[in-house]
Amino acid sequence: MREGLNQMGFVEAAYAIGVIGTLLLAAWSWLAMRRAEARRDRIKDETRGQ
Amino acid sequence: MSCQCCALVMHGFANPKRFLKIARWLTPLLVVSGLLIAGGALAWGYFVVPPDRLMGDTVRILFLHVPTAWLGMGGWSAIALSSLVFLVWRHPLAALAARGAALPGMVFTALCLITGSIWGRPTWGTWWVWDGRLTSMLVLFFLYAGYIALAQAVARDGASSRLPAIFGLVGAINLPIINRSVVWWNSLHQPPSITLGKSAIDPAFLVPLLVSTLGFSLLFGGIVLARMRALMAEMQAEARLRRKALGSELPQTKVTA
Repeated sequence: MREGLNQMGFVEAAYAIGVIGTLLLAAWSWLAMRRAEARRDRIKDETRGQ
Repeated sequence: MSCQCCALVMHGFANPKRFLKIARWLTPLLVVSGLLIAGGALAWGYFVVPPDRLMGDTVRILFLHVPTAWLGMGGWSAIALSSLVFLVWRHPLAALAARGAALPGMVFTALCLITGSIWGRPTWGTWWVWDGRLTSMLVLFFLYAGYIALAQAVARDGASSRLPAIFGLVGAINLPIINRSVVWWNSLHQPPSITLGKSAIDPAFLVPLLVSTLGFSLLFGGIVLARMRALMAEMQAEARLRRKALGSELPQTKVTA
C-alpha cells in the first residue's frame, strides 16, 4: 500500500502548504485591515479640516 | 419571549460602534492565540504523535487536513447564518460578517483539498478521485468563489446585499451533502471518525486534533473579524468621501440654478 514512498516527504509538503497558506491569509487580512482603517482615519481628518 | 431576548441581545451586538469596541481587542487576541495554539498542535502532531498502524507517518496530515475541512464547512455555515440574519433583521453587520467569512472559508477549503490530495497519494495510491466527498468539497470551493465574486460586484455597483445573502442560504444545501457523502456513496474516503459524543480515533491522535481544531478556529475567528473591520472601514471612508463630494457639488447647483 505504501509503495515504498517516503511518507515524511508528503507530510512535510502538506505542512508547508498548510502553514504558509494560513500565515499568508492571516498576514494579508491583518494588513488589509490596518490599511483600510488608516485610510478611513486619514479621510476623516481631511474632511474634518475643511 | 426567549426569542425576543435573543433578538435584543443580537441587536445590541450588531451595533457597529459596539462591534468595533469589542473587535479592537478581540481581533489580535484571537489571531495571536490561534497562531500559538495551532502552531503548538501542529508541532505536537509532527514531532510527538506516534505513526499510525495502517497509515504510518502520513497520519500527521490529519492535524492540518481535518481542521481545514471543518472550517471550510464552518465558514459557509457562518455565511448562511449571517445571510439569514441579514434577510430577516436587515442588519448590515450580518452582511459584513458573511463577506468576512468568505475568503478564509475559501482558503481553508482549498487547503483541505490540497492536503487531502497529498494524503491520498501514499494512502490510496491516487491524488484524486471523483467520489462524493471530494467532489462536494470541490463544489464548496467553487461556491465560495462565486459568492466572493457576487458580493464584490454587488458592493461595487451599490446594489442590494440580498442577492449574495440568498446565494449564501441556497449554497448551504451543499453542507449536509458533504457531511453525508461518505455514508450515501461508496468512497475511498473513510466514514466519519468523530460523531456527536463518539470517536473512533485513539486519544493519542484525538487530543492534538482537538487542540489543532481549537487553534485554527480561533485564528479563523480573528481573520473574519479583521476582514469585517477592513470592510467596515472601507464603507465608512467611501461614505465620508460621498458626503464630501455632495457638499462640494451643492454650491455649484446654486450657481447654475
